[in-house]
Amino acid sequence: MLAKLVQIITWANFAGFSPLILSRSPVLVTRSSLTDEKEGLTLDELLSQAFNGLSLGSVLLLISLGLAFSFGLMNVINMAHGEFIMVGAYTTYLLQQILAPALGGVSGGLTFLISIPVAFLAAGLLGFLLENTLIRFLYGRPLDTLLATWGVGLVLQQLARTIFGAPNVQVVSPGWLSGGFSPLPGLNLPYKRLFIIGLVLICVAAIYLYLYRSRSGRRMRAVMQNREIAGTLGIATRRVDGITFAIGSGLAGVAGSALTLIGPIGPTLGTNYIVDAFLVVVLGGVGRLPGTILAALLIGVFNTLLELQTSASIGKVLVFVLVIIFLQWKPRGLVALRSR
Amino acid sequence: MVKAKVPTKEILAFRFLPVIAMLGLLAAPLVLSDFRLSLLAKFLTYAIVALGLDLIWGYGGMLSLGHGVFFGLGAYGMAMYLKLEASGNRLPDFMGWSGVDSLPWFWVPFHNPVFAILMAIFIPALLATLLGYLVFRSRIQGVYFSIITQAMALIMVTLFIGQQPLTGGTNGMTNFSTVFGFSLADTGVQVVLYFVTVACLALAYLLCRWLMHSRYGRLLVASREDENRLRFMGYNPAPIKSLAFGVSGGLAGLAGALFVLQVGLITPSAMGIVPSIEMVIWVAVGGRGTLWGAVLGTLLVNYGKSTFSETFPEIWQYFFGALFIGAVLLFPGGIAGFVRNMLDRVFVKASPPKEIPVPVDRNPSGKELESGVEVT
Amino acid sequence: MRQFFQFLLYAKKSSRLAGLVCLTLLATLLLAACGDSTATPAAVATTAPAVTTASITSAVTSAASASGSPAATSGTIKVGILHSLSGTMAISEVSVKDATVMAIDEINAKGGVLGKKLEVVIEDGASDWPTFAEKAKKLIQQDKVAVVFGCWTSASRKSVLPVFESLKGLLFYPVQYEGLEQSPNIFYTGATTNQQIVPAVDYLLSQGKKKIYLLGSDYVFPRTANTIIKAQLKAKGGTLAGEEYTPLGATEYSTVLSKIKAAQPDVIFNTLNGDSNVAFFKQFKDAGFTAQSLPVLSVSVAEDEVRGIGIENIQGHLTAWNYYQTTDTPENTRFVAAYKAKYGDKRVTDDPIEAGYFGVYLWKLAVEKAASTDVEKVRAAAKGIEFAAPEGTVKIDGDTQHTYKKVRIGKIRADGLIDEVYSTPDPVKPDPYLKSYDWAASLPKQ
Repeated sequence: MLAKLVQIITWANFAGFSPLILSRSPVLVTRSSLTDEKEGLTLDELLSQAFNGLSLGSVLLLISLGLAFSFGLMNVINMAHGEFIMVGAYTTYLLQQILAPALGGVSGGLTFLISIPVAFLAAGLLGFLLENTLIRFLYGRPLDTLLATWGVGLVLQQLARTIFGAPNVQVVSPGWLSGGFSPLPGLNLPYKRLFIIGLVLICVAAIYLYLYRSRSGRRMRAVMQNREIAGTLGIATRRVDGITFAIGSGLAGVAGSALTLIGPIGPTLGTNYIVDAFLVVVLGGVGRLPGTILAALLIGVFNTLLELQTSASIGKVLVFVLVIIFLQWKPRGLVALRSR
Repeated sequence: MVKAKVPTKEILAFRFLPVIAMLGLLAAPLVLSDFRLSLLAKFLTYAIVALGLDLIWGYGGMLSLGHGVFFGLGAYGMAMYLKLEASGNRLPDFMGWSGVDSLPWFWVPFHNPVFAILMAIFIPALLATLLGYLVFRSRIQGVYFSIITQAMALIMVTLFIGQQPLTGGTNGMTNFSTVFGFSLADTGVQVVLYFVTVACLALAYLLCRWLMHSRYGRLLVASREDENRLRFMGYNPAPIKSLAFGVSGGLAGLAGALFVLQVGLITPSAMGIVPSIEMVIWVAVGGRGTLWGAVLGTLLVNYGKSTFSETFPEIWQYFFGALFIGAVLLFPGGIAGFVRNMLDRVFVKASPPKEIPVPVDRNPSGKELESGVEVT
Repeated sequence: MRQFFQFLLYAKKSSRLAGLVCLTLLATLLLAACGDSTATPAAVATTAPAVTTASITSAVTSAASASGSPAATSGTIKVGILHSLSGTMAISEVSVKDATVMAIDEINAKGGVLGKKLEVVIEDGASDWPTFAEKAKKLIQQDKVAVVFGCWTSASRKSVLPVFESLKGLLFYPVQYEGLEQSPNIFYTGATTNQQIVPAVDYLLSQGKKKIYLLGSDYVFPRTANTIIKAQLKAKGGTLAGEEYTPLGATEYSTVLSKIKAAQPDVIFNTLNGDSNVAFFKQFKDAGFTAQSLPVLSVSVAEDEVRGIGIENIQGHLTAWNYYQTTDTPENTRFVAAYKAKYGDKRVTDDPIEAGYFGVYLWKLAVEKAASTDVEKVRAAAKGIEFAAPEGTVKIDGDTQHTYKKVRIGKIRADGLIDEVYSTPDPVKPDPYLKSYDWAASLPKQ
């Protein structure tokens, strides 16, 4: 299957790519006239590119894990997902304002480590509230959840603006995360990127343990597989819904907390990530966690590769086009629930 | 939802509504200030988009989150003509800044206004039909379709911004002077354009009405209700749905062309995700599945947005967000669904209370039912 | 809580109740429209009670009649402010709005203009360009303001430009921009290219930084700026290490940083905008670069943005502006103190904030010289007007309607403020089309 996939993508890459060169796009022309084309990459360039792909993939996975719950398992199109990421980021900011003086300054990083679980709880609680007050009434109408949560997102954005002001705020990252690890000369692996990769691994492991090794997780799977039968067997399906959505939101909070390391923290932070997150989940196959992981990594690698070859704008466009083409071929994503 | 269900008296009430609305719109230039008239004209162009969206979402069950693209393509088509006319024999100003020294080939035919207007409708319609056919042929439905259209919006915006020498980049196209030789700033021209917009809206309304009351309309509704059953009956849903999507795209293109005439500018941000979702909101508030509801919703939401943002510039987003939530939660049928329900109660007291006729996605995720993820 | 849910459920089932809510909402909407206006007889006559399109029309009508009497005849002069108070651009524009409001308040406290108080009408452009055009139209046609202070992005300025020209309005634009524009209805109080970009590149070349990498967001300002820089480098012996544009709002820079590393430039000329700067500087530092090993000169990062980026990420890097909070003039000391007193001690001032502030004073001086708020008279009177602004003396150049400004290169210091490391001796004459530069002759012009 993978071989076929690569074949398709290479074909699509070629088809999508060559007309752009022919059309004398100024981006490409200026680039080729500027840089003397090298014959292939050196080892450290190749490795650092692979690392870039991996780290972009980890960021994408981090922002999509939460969606994999709310969208993948519950079929709720949570357009406010980006705003839950924002909530996580602002929680980190708030904690740093409150706790840092007591815990030996900002650079110690203890506040940052504390803020990750707190962001999970804060965003999770907000998600739980949202599920109870709004989404509960919209089950079975996924497109309506899209509209309602878009409204929620607008309100949350404006709320952040009212509370924290329109400009970006600053979160000082822990001192021990600055700089990078250099196994080879010319190859630099920033600690923050490594930290995010590690955090994603921990999140995925925790989700796996929860879903497959805990009672609550088993109930969740049962409800998502067959609600009626799960209900008859005495599972409180409504509560499970609430918990599922809360976990999804909480994961968004974790993402927000981690993203303060590498990105801006402002009211519109979430809008930067939301479309990417949906695309990852859809490409992976809705409701399939392994698919989400694979999709995030693939998009990460392809995005960095194409960006290196072309430019940041064109690279992103090409990735999106590829995903859409791929979905024509496999509408249910990389890892289909049951193949036709 | 289908015509046959509607009680006769209700039909009478509804038959006069468009006529009254029409008269009101025709009288508007007499009583409105220039500014309010141009605002109303802008809203009416939006209403044309809403009609198209209602066609595919309300009747066809396909929620497009990328209709801004079709709107934008139509607008760009018209804007290219206006820009060429404003530039006279010279190159459009943004091309000069970007180092283009001769007019790109695809710009040349846009000297002709008729060609520009035709393209403004035809290109979005074609793109929509093609994209629709590809997507629907693969049996991509519901949410998947929405996400794909959303990704398309992102792609187009990035492309239009990136190709600054050809499209004007983020600034888009603006600073037009004349249309068919008449000055755009002239009040008389603005009033004429207003009437043109009203006429286009009326035509679009009649077209949609005719389509939805035809056999084709029933097939489209059937594809919304149960695509598999339609397939078993020997119909192929893909062309049915792509046609609706194409018509919808064409209407959005027409609206875009009119929008440029009214507002005098088009930028890639008008094609993006946020405007596209706003378009959906208009239909949702008005009531999907009824054409007049879509028009009414568009006018109300935009009027509310303008008023709120003038009166409370710092907090109007709260109102707007609350409106979305309220519309979906309390009035799933929108204004139209609510009014219809009230009329049912008044005119047909004997009949038991009906469910609000909301098109619900029966198979929202596009998965087969046996997957068991369906949440009821 | 529980009761609230039940209410919601009930409301959903009972459309009668829902109807009540709906009608109340509609009524509020219509009332809000009529509340601030006196209905004309025409509007009253057409008001229909039913919820139909006709009633919307009439509502629009009654709001339309709110249009005030012309500014000059009443006891106050209406002035407009048009900035994004919501959406992505609110980050930058809210501070400029605040400074403009402060200037208006100061003027009012000293008796206003021509003996009349200024009455400010604030509109939200919502980071959406058609909205900017709509609100500009509203300010001129309906509120009949004498002048508008506003806009930030080029796109918003371009979208309102035809409105101001066709309706004969007047706009004061406070932000540095890409030049190549000269509208009779706009006064540009920010820098044009020869007051920021060109001297900045000259400065870099004079410091021996010959190999320059151009990094910008993918929109008009960076692309135009970089076209100019490339011509300048060619003429003055610099080399281009590379050129890269990222989409607006991009937050991922690892690949771009790999490209930069491979190109080995002496300096990066940064025209990134907004959020992207935060992501870029955070990731720049982690990729192992420092301000010593590879300095970045930014033209869109001012004191206000430094806080969001994080001082530790950007300390020691360079900026090019016409004003810094540290600029040493008595006017600036007063300005900074007043701004902090009004909006809080944590707020900082920067170039666009200052330009938004002194723009109001330039307009006031022009109006007083013309003894009228009439746009044509104000334009004629504005020629050559000077004002002791916080950045030093600024003067309106009558031909271009831009302002003479000093150019200052700054270095970001540990407290987030910016130290001036170089300044042109005199204010530079604005030249939006770069007509006085030989090497710019080859540049595309309109």
